[in-house]
Amino acid sequence: MKVTINGSAREVPHGTTVAQAVRILTSATTGVAVAVNDEVVTRGTWETTALSDSDRVEVLTAVQGG
Amino acid sequence: MDDLIIAGEKFSSRLIMGTGGAPSLDVLDRALVASGTRLTTVAMRRLDPAARGSVLDVLRRRDIKVLPNTAGCFTAGDAVLTARLAREALGTDWVKLEVIADERTLLPDPIETFDAAERLVADGFTVLPYIGDDPALARRLEQAGCAAVMPLGAPIGSGLGIRNPHSIELIVEAAGVPVILDAGIGTASDAALAMELGCDAVLLATAVTRAQRPDLMAAAMRGAVEAGRLARLAGRIPRRRYAEASSPVGP
Repeated sequence: MKVTINGSAREVPHGTTVAQAVRILTSATTGVAVAVNDEVVTRGTWETTALSDSDRVEVLTAVQGG
Repeated sequence: MDDLIIAGEKFSSRLIMGTGGAPSLDVLDRALVASGTRLTTVAMRRLDPAARGSVLDVLRRRDIKVLPNTAGCFTAGDAVLTARLAREALGTDWVKLEVIADERTLLPDPIETFDAAERLVADGFTVLPYIGDDPALARRLEQAGCAAVMPLGAPIGSGLGIRNPHSIELIVEAAGVPVILDAGIGTASDAALAMELGCDAVLLATAVTRAQRPDLMAAAMRGAVEAGRLARLAGRIPRRRYAEASSPVGP
């Protein structure tokens, strides 16, 4: 299935979880937050939340700013 | 100097730093140390797998409290989502609420800001909204439950100083929450003026991070904020049209 991770289209297996999507970008689990289709997915549920076709996944972290 | 207290939390510095604009994390680190700040903003952005080092590591090492902002948001909905992501990523319910009206001026949008503030307060956030120098909006945001108000001195990054000191004084007079002068500071005298006008703190970034010597300017800002605070507490003399002799008059 196709999902979008941080704006890039990616082909991932069915059943791919949020945790697996995050690991495509980083091994970090702290200082990182995830939204799927504009809803926050809390860290405790990353492993059990499966993505669906055409989901938009945003993986954010803190950067210099303000 | 007396502590700054926001939402019951004490800070030994009245200078709040931003982290934007520093050429490297090393330069930023030295500037933060020189500033003496205890509270510093960061932005939330898409994770870049190629990035080396993190601003969070710098803040953690210096034991500086992190204040995520919602910079880059144009709607209340975007800002609320960004604040929730920041809470999840950073483990803090503090947020500098920043909802921008347009790219050219980066002026805050009062309607979207108020909407987002109400939603975030209801969601348990400690909300510090960035606003124009508008006393009426400042009062409404305080009534809505914001922990501080952050009026601008001038547009972000402009270095134009405090364009409307009278409005800042009006905000200070009416406020029951801390007033933090945010944006527009160009040099040390601007920061001192903010404090002399009665602001509780100053937030600045560009004036330090893009100075030719950031650590030196950070030290200057630290001194200016302390001097301005002391002058405010001391109570300045009234302005007079003509001289008043300071030595005894007569033979």
